[in-house]
Amino acid sequence: MSPDFLIALTMLTNFTLVATSRVNKAIQLAVFQGILMGLIPLAMGLGKHTHILLLALVAIAVKGGFIPYLFRRALRQVKIRREVDPYVGYTVSLMLCAAGTGLSLVLAHALPLKAGTTPTFLVPAALATLFTGFLLLVSRRTALTQVVGYLVLENGIYLFGLLLVEEMPVLVETGILLDLFVGVFVMGIVINHIHMTFDSTDTGFLAELKD
Amino acid sequence: MSLYLLSLLLAAGSGIPGLFLRRRGAEVAAGLMTASALAGIGAALGVLAGGPVPSLRLPALALTSPSLLVLDAIAAWFLIPVLLLAACGAWYGVRYWEDAHGHPRWVRLVFGGLTAALILLVAAAHTWLFLLAWEAMAIGAFFLVSTEDRLPETRRAAWIYLVSTHTGTLCLIGAFALLAGVAGTWDLGALPRGFASSRLGTQTFLLFMVGFGLKAGVMPIHIWLPPAHAAAPSHVSALMSGVLIKMGILGMVRLIAWVPDPPLWWGALFLGLGGVSGILGVAFALGQHDLKRLLAYHSIENIGIILLGLGLGLIGKSTSQSALAALGFAGALLHVLNHSLFKGLLFLAGGSVVHATGTRNLERMGGLAKAMPWTSAAFLTGSWAICGLPPLNGFVSEWFIYLGAFRAMAGARWPWSVGVLAALALIGALALACFAKAYGTAFLGTPRTPAAAAAHEAPRMMLLPMAVLAGACVLIGVFPMVIASALDRAIAGLGQALPASSRLAHLPLVTVLALTLALLALGLARWAWAGRRSEPVPAELPTWDCGYAEALPRAQYTASSFADGLVTGARWALFPKVHEAQVQGPFPEPARFESHVPDLVLDRVLDPAFRLGSRGLALLHVFQTGQLPVYLLYVLLTLLFLLIWMVV
Repeated sequence: MSPDFLIALTMLTNFTLVATSRVNKAIQLAVFQGILMGLIPLAMGLGKHTHILLLALVAIAVKGGFIPYLFRRALRQVKIRREVDPYVGYTVSLMLCAAGTGLSLVLAHALPLKAGTTPTFLVPAALATLFTGFLLLVSRRTALTQVVGYLVLENGIYLFGLLLVEEMPVLVETGILLDLFVGVFVMGIVINHIHMTFDSTDTGFLAELKD
Repeated sequence: MSLYLLSLLLAAGSGIPGLFLRRRGAEVAAGLMTASALAGIGAALGVLAGGPVPSLRLPALALTSPSLLVLDAIAAWFLIPVLLLAACGAWYGVRYWEDAHGHPRWVRLVFGGLTAALILLVAAAHTWLFLLAWEAMAIGAFFLVSTEDRLPETRRAAWIYLVSTHTGTLCLIGAFALLAGVAGTWDLGALPRGFASSRLGTQTFLLFMVGFGLKAGVMPIHIWLPPAHAAAPSHVSALMSGVLIKMGILGMVRLIAWVPDPPLWWGALFLGLGGVSGILGVAFALGQHDLKRLLAYHSIENIGIILLGLGLGLIGKSTSQSALAALGFAGALLHVLNHSLFKGLLFLAGGSVVHATGTRNLERMGGLAKAMPWTSAAFLTGSWAICGLPPLNGFVSEWFIYLGAFRAMAGARWPWSVGVLAALALIGALALACFAKAYGTAFLGTPRTPAAAAAHEAPRMMLLPMAVLAGACVLIGVFPMVIASALDRAIAGLGQALPASSRLAHLPLVTVLALTLALLALGLARWAWAGRRSEPVPAELPTWDCGYAEALPRAQYTASSFADGLVTGARWALFPKVHEAQVQGPFPEPARFESHVPDLVLDRVLDPAFRLGSRGLALLHVFQTGQLPVYLLYVLLTLLFLLIWMVV
């Protein structure tokens, strides 16, 4: 598999994520994207470095195994409605996502990259995934879909990190993974608390907490 | 180095076993803290006795500079009070802060962490480590100040502290960045000649002075100090007042050590700030009714005395008068140690009083000397020392500074140091008045409230730490020779070829004076005792009440009436607030009288200014919708803006 194919798949996943109306499906797509993230460095032929191989395997294990497990638990504990319940409609979301992807292609072209890095689809894909993650975070109402948005955002950052993966110390990469894990963990706790307090996972209720 | 690191680990972990133990957690924590103190003080004494300087280095590539920790003589000098007060505070806290007060485990854990941060800070030789330890200290102290966060005044004190300490850290980050730009390394060490007089040097110096001054509580920027010290648990106040604020002084001392040629105006600035802090600090202390606030203002006063010493030393260093430099620096450093001893003692004794009476208000105490003789003796010892009276340690350090000021007068063309002498004398006299007020109101006379009448002596576990501190005060006061060589090693790094300060200060003379005074006092006491025994007096008679019928305990002199003459005299600086109703007619209505001295800077300047500012900032409330997605949208917009800005 060529890395470009996987990157294209990632960008397509972005569009599907934005357009989907089911919580279950959004989660499945995020997990799918996560596994893609783990495969991309292998496809790029970076598997010869032991630490990158290890990182990819851990990424696949966490994003493809542990995080779905957490999601399933959260779904079981908290009776969440099946709809994504967006602030912004699906069509508009799709258009915004397209605009973001277009913008990231333009930006990636103009970004001053470090000398020696080959221009690939990695940069626009990273930016597009970042925007998609933000879009999901901003436009979806339930806490669980916000976690999905966070995961997608994190995938974008991860893609950007791949650009420098050969020079980047392992410390930073494991930092990203840890950050992600803690993020999902905290969100899980927050979801439970919102649910206990407001009997719903609608983050709109959090507005009651402002002074 | 291993002793030092052992001490660090023991202090950092002292609160951890208590999390898992059902009982005796406090004793375990105090025991670990004592072990930490023994190890650390052992390491420090080794350095101060002239042993090798232990240091810890890292492989060069990790933090771009190799040195990490260097336990030099200055670090060792500051390490001793840190560990002594931490250990005393931990034992004191065993009974003082029990379950009834809430979160005792949390307090012990953070107390250990704060001590570890202080231990790290004194020896930090790398900029980042210094800032890291500085921040850890600030946050630890914030959590300890906010222990009783159910009280609104505590929350306010904690917020003021947090804001001012972060302002200080910001200045320090700027100053260290400028410094690193000049030195080309993150190692902290000697600066090139001529830097101090350059424009960049001036900027760096001023940033350092704000950053360190905020922590030390120098007068115009002391705002966090009184409320935070009043709100914290007493053993924490002792640690904060005794050593935490001294970390600002440590920073200044380090700065003096790095700069080979300080300009003359640095010393003048130190003297000016010292005079203002000293005189106004004690003047504000006179106006307080809250025992712990009063002690906190005295910390500002003592920081002023330390600054006076540093200023004299700096002027000596600038003008190459090595005797003046030695006396000034030695006085300042010795006062750092002394103040931590007697202020720690005073806060612990004050805490026992608060513990016994349930109030910090002096007007609700009285007659406690009978119920709590040991605490009373401890408080009296501390008061005696803080007023700078022989034969206790406060006298010795002020003696150095006085001698320095006299020497400066001999060497100069016009006698500017008369101002220093006058300031020191005024501070001493006002301090004496203030402690006469505090001790007299709290411990003498008769109890003013039922709570004061029901007071009980503090348990032995609280008295023991006080005894240790009081013993140290007496030891340094009577035999200052024991610390003379250590003091000379500590100041050796501050200037070139400084003469032995102990010889300049005629320390044996101090011992003779102290012993003479002590013998005289003992003789007097014996004579008075003998006189009292010869003519038996009925023990339980009230003081003669000038013939008034039913002179209630409340008719005694209050703390505010005692200080009224001085407070009213200094009205131009203190602005006391007095609410009184005119008493009219032969049968007047009941009337209330109330007076208090609000803080000049915080309550009169900053509070109104911030209030005004927040009214303007209310316009920004539209952006605070409370909707999480909207906040995330702000992040997204910022990100987009930055990206596009970078590209275009």
